[in-house]
Amino acid sequence: MKSPFRPTKLPDPRILDDHRPLIRSLERRGLIRGGLSLGALTMLTGCDVDSSASIDKGLRLISAWNDRVQGALFDPTKLAPTYPASMVLKPPKFNAYYDITELKPVDGQNWRLELAGRINDKRPWTAERLATLPQVDMIIRHICVEGWDYIGEWSGPTLRSFLERVGADLKAKYVAFKTADDYPSSIDMATALHPQTLLATKYAGETLADPFGYPLRLRMATKLGYKNPKWITAIEVTNKYPGGYWENLGENWFGGI
Amino acid sequence: MSIDRTEIAPRRLHPLSVRVMHWTNAAAMFIMITSGWGIYDDYVIIPGLHFAQAVRLGSWAVPSLLWHFAGMWLLAVNGLAYLLYGVFTGRLRERMLPIRWRDVLQTVRDTLHLRIEHDDLTVYNAVQKLLYIVVIVAGISQVVTGLLIWKPVQFSTGVALLGGFQAVRLEHFLGMTVIVGFVVVHVALSILVPRTLWAMLSGGPRLPGPAVRPSEGQT
Repeated sequence: MKSPFRPTKLPDPRILDDHRPLIRSLERRGLIRGGLSLGALTMLTGCDVDSSASIDKGLRLISAWNDRVQGALFDPTKLAPTYPASMVLKPPKFNAYYDITELKPVDGQNWRLELAGRINDKRPWTAERLATLPQVDMIIRHICVEGWDYIGEWSGPTLRSFLERVGADLKAKYVAFKTADDYPSSIDMATALHPQTLLATKYAGETLADPFGYPLRLRMATKLGYKNPKWITAIEVTNKYPGGYWENLGENWFGGI
Repeated sequence: MSIDRTEIAPRRLHPLSVRVMHWTNAAAMFIMITSGWGIYDDYVIIPGLHFAQAVRLGSWAVPSLLWHFAGMWLLAVNGLAYLLYGVFTGRLRERMLPIRWRDVLQTVRDTLHLRIEHDDLTVYNAVQKLLYIVVIVAGISQVVTGLLIWKPVQFSTGVALLGGFQAVRLEHFLGMTVIVGFVVVHVALSILVPRTLWAMLSGGPRLPGPAVRPSEGQT
């Protein structure tokens, strides 16, 4: 059915032909105008995106400068305060970029620690072999970048003793970690060699529970919580900046306390 | 031959350097307070107290942290420059001292009777002096407690002296509330007496007295 708004008697199509050039020119003008405003719009959004991106870039440059300041402030011989066993929180606090219900436990029997980069002996390690290294125990304060804290007791070989054993280049800049929960992480060599930097396998005298990094996690007394990867599967010694999960999203890389 | 330098370079209430440092500090304070609120919200100190996204700098915690740890340089460097300037030019002593409790009480009484005349901008009343001293001390305290929260292991002695990590965190929060309280009063009064705002932009009235220190010679 025809629309009731359509005229019953249509005008002569030749009228349209007469005015075709005018219509075309109008269209052209509209196109130019439209193109201009569209161009202006892209320039506006472009400007907006550019300025927020350049602010972010500037902030990250200052964050990189803060990494250097923290490196200079870091005293490799200064020990973090330790606490009595009575203050240890059991169990410790779970925190990750996902909920505890999404936890994927690691099979300790088949687990191997892979090695890469500037390391002489890259043969993978088992949990049993890690247990043969000298064990260190420390009761330290865990401080999260969010502001909360708790006292925890961690044991395992020092990262230093491990790196020395495998013949790592201790003059390299970074030690990087890969984990089973896809949480890449990396630290500076000075902190890696600090006496309170452990490859922790125990908490409060017991084998690490699944939520806290079984079978192997990093635990440093001199860095914020997010710098301590859990469920470590590989260690690499490198001079190339490795970044990290939160660091790639803008969190400060050094993260020292 | 000595020249009367007061004719050449009349002293203003707020010399250019003071004005630049004042507005730099205003920007730094804005960055530090609003980004600090963004960081605070991740783990609140007072249950139920959150800061709305509209008043936070940074869309989530990480950008807020980036702003805070960038703004700290602006605040600290500018603040240090201001203190050094204030001490070595004698400005701090000239503006803030002497301060007498009797005068403080009198000014409070006057204010409560809605007598907030401020005819002579070059003389600060006792409450003004007290508030400026409080906010300067709060600013210094924020830098100290901020440094301790940032590096509680490297400065573990300082953290222990101030009562532990969470205590220092609370002190940093309280320092913020003191500064925000000051800003509310400071901005409200500058709006009530707009000449003071204009003075901080243009330099304000000329000051009596020597433009140069006596040791430099004066007719």
